[in-house]
Amino acid sequence: MCQGVVPLNDISVLIGGKAGDGINSAGLTIAHLFNYLGYRVYMYFDYPSLIKGGHNFAIVRASEHKTGAHRETADFLLALNNDAITLHTGMMRPDTEIIYDSGNATKGTGTAVAVTDILARENALPIMGNSAIIGAFAKAAGIQWDVIEDVFSRHLLKETGKNLAVARKAYDVAHTKRVVPVIGREPLPVITGNEAIGLGLINGGMDAYISYPMTPTSNLLHFLAEQAPHLPLTVVHPENEIGVIIMALGFAYAGKKAAVGTSGGGFCLMTEGLSFAGQSEIPVVIVLGQRTGPSTGLPTYTGQSDLHFVLHAGQGEFPRLIVAPGDAEESYEWSSLAVQLAWKYQVPAIILGDKTLNEGTYSFDRNELEGYHIDPGIPGEEPITGDGYLRYRVTGSGVSPLAVPGTPGTVVKVTSYTHNEEGISTEDAVISMIMAEKRNKKAAGLLEEINRLEAVRTYGNRTSPVALLAWGSNKGVACEVAGMLGLRVIQPVVLSPFPLRQMKEALSGVKRLISVEDNIEGQLGILLATHGIRVDDQVLKYDGRPFPVGELREKVMEVLK
Amino acid sequence: MTGRNLVTTAPNTWCPGCGNFSLQFALKSVLGELEQSGVSLDDVVLVTGIGCHAKMSDYLDVNSFYSIHGRTIPAAIGIKLANPRLKVICCAGDGDCYAEGLDHLIFAAKRNADITVIVHNNRVYGLTTGQYTPTSPLGFRGRSTPGGTTELPINPLELMLASGATFVARGYTKKMEQLRSLVTQGLLHRGFSFIDVLQICATYNNMTGYYNDRIYDLEDHDVSGFEHAFRKAREWDYNNDARIALGLFYQQEMPTYEDRIFARPPDNTDRRKRIDEILKEKM
Ligand SMILES: Cc1ncc(C[n+]2csc(CCOP(=O)(O)OP(=O)(O)O)c2C)c(N)n1
Ligand code: SF4
Ligand SMILES: [Mg+2]
Repeated sequence: MCQGVVPLNDISVLIGGKAGDGINSAGLTIAHLFNYLGYRVYMYFDYPSLIKGGHNFAIVRASEHKTGAHRETADFLLALNNDAITLHTGMMRPDTEIIYDSGNATKGTGTAVAVTDILARENALPIMGNSAIIGAFAKAAGIQWDVIEDVFSRHLLKETGKNLAVARKAYDVAHTKRVVPVIGREPLPVITGNEAIGLGLINGGMDAYISYPMTPTSNLLHFLAEQAPHLPLTVVHPENEIGVIIMALGFAYAGKKAAVGTSGGGFCLMTEGLSFAGQSEIPVVIVLGQRTGPSTGLPTYTGQSDLHFVLHAGQGEFPRLIVAPGDAEESYEWSSLAVQLAWKYQVPAIILGDKTLNEGTYSFDRNELEGYHIDPGIPGEEPITGDGYLRYRVTGSGVSPLAVPGTPGTVVKVTSYTHNEEGISTEDAVISMIMAEKRNKKAAGLLEEINRLEAVRTYGNRTSPVALLAWGSNKGVACEVAGMLGLRVIQPVVLSPFPLRQMKEALSGVKRLISVEDNIEGQLGILLATHGIRVDDQVLKYDGRPFPVGELREKVMEVLK
Repeated sequence: MTGRNLVTTAPNTWCPGCGNFSLQFALKSVLGELEQSGVSLDDVVLVTGIGCHAKMSDYLDVNSFYSIHGRTIPAAIGIKLANPRLKVICCAGDGDCYAEGLDHLIFAAKRNADITVIVHNNRVYGLTTGQYTPTSPLGFRGRSTPGGTTELPINPLELMLASGATFVARGYTKKMEQLRSLVTQGLLHRGFSFIDVLQICATYNNMTGYYNDRIYDLEDHDVSGFEHAFRKAREWDYNNDARIALGLFYQQEMPTYEDRIFARPPDNTDRRKRIDEILKEKM
């Protein structure tokens, strides 16, 4: 879960270079070094929307406790070029250890690594310059050579030997500056939010994943496409997002559980399909990774400005499940639940992520999973197939027993029109009303189900009268700040149907509620207001960058002054 | 299910004289024959868009997916990928398929998806009471173009040939025998079958006389020759007053989308086990 106190052993490493330098995978390698020492890790990767050139950096945070946020200063700064130093002076403290490529960056103090020489001597490719910097860093941090060997052989599968040789050269000439203590726990899987979502979808029973590439969910498409050959999973990349969602509905109609992935722009194109799913009661799961809008906005940066869009997207009224996980474990668990609940209640389910979560990298601890179990069926409402099957049979729960085409003697009719129980269009006033009520009833059942789960979570000092209200990836940073300041954290994981009862319980004893959001309108605050809950103060960030711990702490302290 | 009456109890609201009746009759009899030949109608799915044509979903008592405007094809492909055993037929409109959903049509042809697309091409938006469509001739006076359209029509046959369709045909709602035969052949064809059907709209665009004066059947036509088919398809461009050929223009056996996707059979590994393995790799 998330811990209150700032742990003793807590290390931040920034590695920067230009796009194309392999900063992301270098960051991941560093994260694994810490993982092997027994740390819990988190990595934020910052990159502009281009392929070559431009500045990239990754901040690896390693801590004794689980973490999901980056710090405002670095203990080690690894510079593959000069920008990595000049652009991050704000993150340096006097004791920050700088390790730099002496051929590309000019810095008087710190550990100079003659990357070009090493590469020449080893006859290695320029991309392996990373390994030299990592080798020097490992020595500076007092990390034993065998840890590097282990990590490289498990995670640097291409040219492992050469990368190790390059790293060794730098390791041998560097000096130990600051020993990172060994924690001595078993390493955990280190996965991105996207991967956690993908694994959760698979666990929930997803049979097909359909997506058109768009940051920050493209990597989910790539991950699942890679995994598909080893799973009962079909992955399709169609012509556009309109095709994506309709194809998913086709899969679902024919009996296969399908999920789609996109960002705000693609979701715009999906809204007609979303509304169709609502009317036809065909389940679908939509993974929406938010980025900075409006429109193309900042394609590779974060945001939480699509909450009201997803709450209301699509013409007409129909129930929908919206979940906003805050870390890798929640991403896994709630993605799995999203599939199960979408099919149980025959509603669209949206997994609302953000770039920080989708592309952030986390230690994944299975012991943190709640292990929820959902009964797939509704008692008393088993399918009666054959002659007289009614796709939209009106039932007590509003959920009609589901049959698929190909079922002997059964005609299955779905439609985007208002329809009778058979699935034939009608304009009859009474039937229209009954069907609207039938659909609406499903929201009540869904809410009841949600209320059996921890749909609103609290952390920190649970008796504090001051609470931070955070959703999505802000969970991690809010927890840490709350820990430092002795505050409570309230995190709604489910945003629709709104778990009002649980929210009220979480708010019990709260005198001052401070919302923390990555948008300018305070969208969660507005949602709460519609339920009669007032947010007292807001700490909003809308520059596309996630809050570092120190920045949020200062902002919250300012509010509390 | 055998010998069932293929008509639902939904009241029919097509105008008297509407060509959709002929298409309904053709589909009904083809499905009946299909059933007699041993295909279970339980395995047939009809996908329709939105428009007069689309009411076929309400009227035919078979599995149906009554989609939204322009979106028959992605649904049909999803259904086919989910269960390749199903026979999937799209009844689309010309506004539906050539305007709102044209991108999907091109991609279905490009993929050679094993579905049959029947376009009820009345060259007008029927349900929205008479506007021009992508196949209306230049100068067509519709309700949105009272002074006549100012753009040329597209030639869907030419477009489909260029996009890689492996079965390209044109029918006419006043030629029932041929229509039935084309639908049957389309259903039996492995791969993407496209049938543009000149459908009479009795209310907004009755071209019966025009068509009757110009139509002829393709005879001694080699359906395997692409160049020849292409030339034939260009003979009438939906605008000039040339003769209008009816029948099968082109047919080619090619691996289908589904063949290629399922070339590797799905791995039925236990999901949980595989998740454990992936997590181990990430450690
Ligand atoms: C997204 C969307 N836009 C517009 C409409 C309105 N609309 C309904 S049917 C139709 C045109 C139908 O024309 P066509 O596809 O040729 O079918 P026909 O009625 O001629 O059979 C339109 C524009 C709609 N239902 N959905
Ligand atoms: S408007 Fe035209 S296409 Fe529609 S039902 Fe009437 S005749 Fe048929
Ligand atoms: Mg039409």
